Amino acid sequence: MSLLIQKQGLSDTFQDLGRYGYQYLGVNPGGAMDTIAMRIANALVGNDPGEAVLEMYFPAAVILFEETVLVSLAGADFSAAIGEKEIPVCHPVLVHAGSVLHFRGRQKGARVYLAIQGGFQLSSWLNSCSTHLKTKTGGFQGRALQKNDRIIGKQKSPFRNHPTGNACEILHWQANVQAFYRKEALRFVAGEEYWLLQKASRHKLEDHPFHISRESDRMGFRIKGESLLLENPLEMISSAITRGTIQLLPDNQLIVLMADHQTTGGYPRIGHIISADFPTLAQMDSGSDFSLQQVTLSEAEAVFYQQELNLQQLQNACNFRLQEYLAT
Amino acid sequence: MSAPVNYHIYPCGDHAVTIQFGDRITLSANQQVVALFQHLQAQPLFGVRDLIPAYNSLTLVYDIFTIKHQYPDVSVYEQVSGELHRVIDRITEKEETTHRLIRIPVCYDVSFGMDLASLAALHQLSIEEVIALHNSKTYRVYMIGFMPGFAYMGTVDAKIITPRHPSPRKSVAAGSVGIAGEQTGIYPFTSPGGWQIIGRTPVRLFSPDQANPCLLQPGDEVQFYPIDLSTFQNLNPV
Repeated sequence: MSLLIQKQGLSDTFQDLGRYGYQYLGVNPGGAMDTIAMRIANALVGNDPGEAVLEMYFPAAVILFEETVLVSLAGADFSAAIGEKEIPVCHPVLVHAGSVLHFRGRQKGARVYLAIQGGFQLSSWLNSCSTHLKTKTGGFQGRALQKNDRIIGKQKSPFRNHPTGNACEILHWQANVQAFYRKEALRFVAGEEYWLLQKASRHKLEDHPFHISRESDRMGFRIKGESLLLENPLEMISSAITRGTIQLLPDNQLIVLMADHQTTGGYPRIGHIISADFPTLAQMDSGSDFSLQQVTLSEAEAVFYQQELNLQQLQNACNFRLQEYLAT
Repeated sequence: MSAPVNYHIYPCGDHAVTIQFGDRITLSANQQVVALFQHLQAQPLFGVRDLIPAYNSLTLVYDIFTIKHQYPDVSVYEQVSGELHRVIDRITEKEETTHRLIRIPVCYDVSFGMDLASLAALHQLSIEEVIALHNSKTYRVYMIGFMPGFAYMGTVDAKIITPRHPSPRKSVAAGSVGIAGEQTGIYPFTSPGGWQIIGRTPVRLFSPDQANPCLLQPGDEVQFYPIDLSTFQNLNPV
């Protein structure tokens, strides 16, 4: 099984659930920005939830499949197509050898995930296949994909003797992921420096919309909105930051730390986006607006726990349908 | 170890907890951070997936689902912070378990140390005096952050304390040795940076292909020693 990058995308990297256990060495965890989409993409083709997938932005790569293989796309809708045939997200698709996957326009979301049955043959670093650009390790040669890169599958596709041609077969079931994404205000828990904000600024945090600026990437989203002010100037000692931490920058604007965040930081931590709502934020492109709503820590934990149970249930359902299909 | 510093435990988002020792950067606070870090590395708490030691704090990143599944009746934060309280009460008297002294050669040639002349002028010292002051002390690695293997070490002699550049350089070469305030550090990778650069080491600070990729760890002691340009080139045959 192999696929060939015919045209390079904006920044296409392999990502799994992240590289944990090495932050004491300054190694950030990385991993998929939207872990829900990543796990659903895997479940649709029968993979382990933590199998590395290809994370793509728009414009995404043009990909030639050199062997017939079962694939899935999840996350953003970039109007994927094979030839003239549209490929919906969250369906398993049997892509015939010689077919070319391309993306025609961004409809919704910011990141799409491509999984193939059996997973990709990648290099692992510190127990993760996530691409680590700084050290040029993990994923495919530690970098974003380029034209003419050929990526090999871990296993021979069970469908390799299937007919060929620029075509595909969309299997008839779909994973419904709508409920996993937040439609209302993104929820946050207070950070250690939250109470050092002026009262008016604390109110502004929940009363005013925020705008994701163009200076946003996998490290962090720069947020434009009302100026937020501290009661008193604050000299911070650097300490840990995590996925979803909302820091107040010296220009009185916010930054939300995303998957490739540094391990430590020295700006006031106003709050933290809750884990359950992080994938929703990860699917917001620069230019999007959102608002914030504060919740308690135990609420954040309960919401995440329930989300995880629902996600496991959906993964199991996807696996079950696939096994049924493969058995016939 | 000197008398234990008061600590304070607080949530760092919904999936991490931070324990902070005192409210200043002190040797004893950092020793407690490192002692606790080493203890938790050797005896991990259930559901904890990452540890982030800093100047005067240690953060534990945990898996909400795994812990909630095991302890459904308490909040996950209470469960982890409770465990942390129990551990800290048990080990407050303990020393850091490992103590390593690492010697690092530095070439203080002005072609590498592009801020050496201006820093010397600022402090009304000669370049030789700045170099001698920089490598006369043994430094402690307080924490690693910013990028893989970047060690924050301190503290430099009061005569050479120098603030960062107001706006960072677009590119600082890998191996560059710098000063920022009371801290000294080495850039493991070429990157943007605002530290005052006074030299360069041929030693690799971070080698991704090694089993132990990072030369320095929190709690290490570091001594710099000067080498000349030809020694640097022999050690760094690129």
